[in-house]
Amino acid sequence: MINKVATVFIWLLAIFVIAIFIFILSDIVIQGMGHISWEYLSQPPSDAGRAGGIAPIIVSTVWIVLSAVIFSAPFGLATAILLSEFTRQENSLSHWVEKCLDLLASIPSIVFGLFGNAFFSLFLGLGFSILSGGLTLACMVLPIFIRTTTEGLRAVPDDYRYSAAALGMTRYAALIHLIIPAAMPAIIAGLMLGIGRAMAETAALIFTSGYVDRMPDSVFDSGRALSIHIYDLSMNVAGGDSKAYAAALVLIVMLLVINSLAIRLTTHWQKNRIINHEIIF
Amino acid sequence: MKSFSKSHSRIAGVQTGQKQSSSIPYTVGPLESGPVCCIPESVFSIKHLSVHYAEKTALEDVSLDIYKGCITALIGPSGCGKTSFLSVLNRLTDMISGCRVSGQVTFNNRDLFDSELNLQHLRRQIGMVFQKPVPFPLSIRRNLELPLRELGMRQSSKLEHCIEAVLSDVGLWQEVKDRLDSPAHSLSGGQQQRLCIARALALKPEVLLMDEPCSALDPLSSGIVEDLIQKLKGRYTIVIVTHNLAQARRIANYAGFFWVNQQAGNLVEFGRCQQIFESPRHQLTAAYVNGNRG
Repeated sequence: MINKVATVFIWLLAIFVIAIFIFILSDIVIQGMGHISWEYLSQPPSDAGRAGGIAPIIVSTVWIVLSAVIFSAPFGLATAILLSEFTRQENSLSHWVEKCLDLLASIPSIVFGLFGNAFFSLFLGLGFSILSGGLTLACMVLPIFIRTTTEGLRAVPDDYRYSAAALGMTRYAALIHLIIPAAMPAIIAGLMLGIGRAMAETAALIFTSGYVDRMPDSVFDSGRALSIHIYDLSMNVAGGDSKAYAAALVLIVMLLVINSLAIRLTTHWQKNRIINHEIIF
Repeated sequence: MKSFSKSHSRIAGVQTGQKQSSSIPYTVGPLESGPVCCIPESVFSIKHLSVHYAEKTALEDVSLDIYKGCITALIGPSGCGKTSFLSVLNRLTDMISGCRVSGQVTFNNRDLFDSELNLQHLRRQIGMVFQKPVPFPLSIRRNLELPLRELGMRQSSKLEHCIEAVLSDVGLWQEVKDRLDSPAHSLSGGQQQRLCIARALALKPEVLLMDEPCSALDPLSSGIVEDLIQKLKGRYTIVIVTHNLAQARRIANYAGFFWVNQQAGNLVEFGRCQQIFESPRHQLTAAYVNGNRG
């Protein structure tokens, strides 16, 4: 009896969660679909976004996310390797680094925005630019990326490390040829989580990359990200709601495309190297 | 032997399972060419070796010699420090956090704990096979190539040659020659273990450390691996940890019996295999090899 009740309860909860997701998604698709056209994707916005398209905004978003990834990936990977391979879990350095990362991950994004504004825009003199927005996002993305990558590297069985060492391979050779490739799905997953967070970010970007909706010439120009465009249309522009829906739809589709592309590339790459998935996951 | 054509001798090698052409580099070579077994010339000389982990003493005051070209079997119950002992010999203990090693160990009359010793070089001379087969998540070919490339062998013809030779040595060539590029994990457990042995042999080591190489295998594969170890006798110095007393008796020249004493592993008795099994000096050894204790 109790089993049945529990089963029904769990199912209801699951359906509830799925229903919320479907409601949001279908709302966006239904309201936004009508506005999507080639013109919408290729024209600059006019009349504060009520008319025209979002071409410069898509370009700015891509630039911002790309610069965030370019700065966070090497730092993140290096830190994760340091934490998982070169320090022990009980070591005080790695303990403190991990504590700091957990804290950083829970800091509200508006605080990151203020930090980015003070440090990148003013102190480093980057002003309101795509670069300072990307760097601020990189700081935000780092904790998540490092966490997942560290876990992924730690999940690679120690047997590989010992075997490689016993074969006279250096630590770096083992890392490059065995450990990192084996942890690649986790690294990509971490990167995807980071990109997802970066693309959805609004508060941190308002103060750093700004909301100029012109087509950016370089990363030193101010650029408006999609999330800011959505925020602006729904909050500040009367009659901009329908276009906000369209922009949200574009954002979701972009995320889905990036995600599935990354997953496909990883599996393809791993298949060529013949990595056994069951070992890691 | 040299007048044999390569292909001819290879077929002969497959048929007898022992003879290998001397024209193929990296093979173990005919048995006659190996050192005469059991001239007590020590490769390792171990004196007062102790191994401590963070709070536990794994091994206390062990002294023994490992002789060139012989198989030395280490027997005893689980947790008496046999694996720790093996890991000291190729300094894999360096990688284990909180592990401290004391005592003197010489390898070919050189201090094993010398800080200037090149560890990569040392570990290439002292191969190791683990209890669980650990094929890398790569193809069969890449498994063998990777350590060789690290060694500096890049020429693909040389690599191919070496791969064929070592796979023939472990009796795997006929079984896998058509699927060298398939994943190593698709092999059976016994095949995986033989691949790991081949991978260690490819580096032309002098010593082979084997940590219960048969315990994770079914009886049939275990038999094949055991025959292989027999074949390697005399050509390599082998130190093997085993729980299978009958196996130790069949293959080993020397045997060391370990036991846990006051929560630390001790070497109770070391001697010729026959002596350990037939006329042990120590009561504990007698009880263990007769199956009364342990």
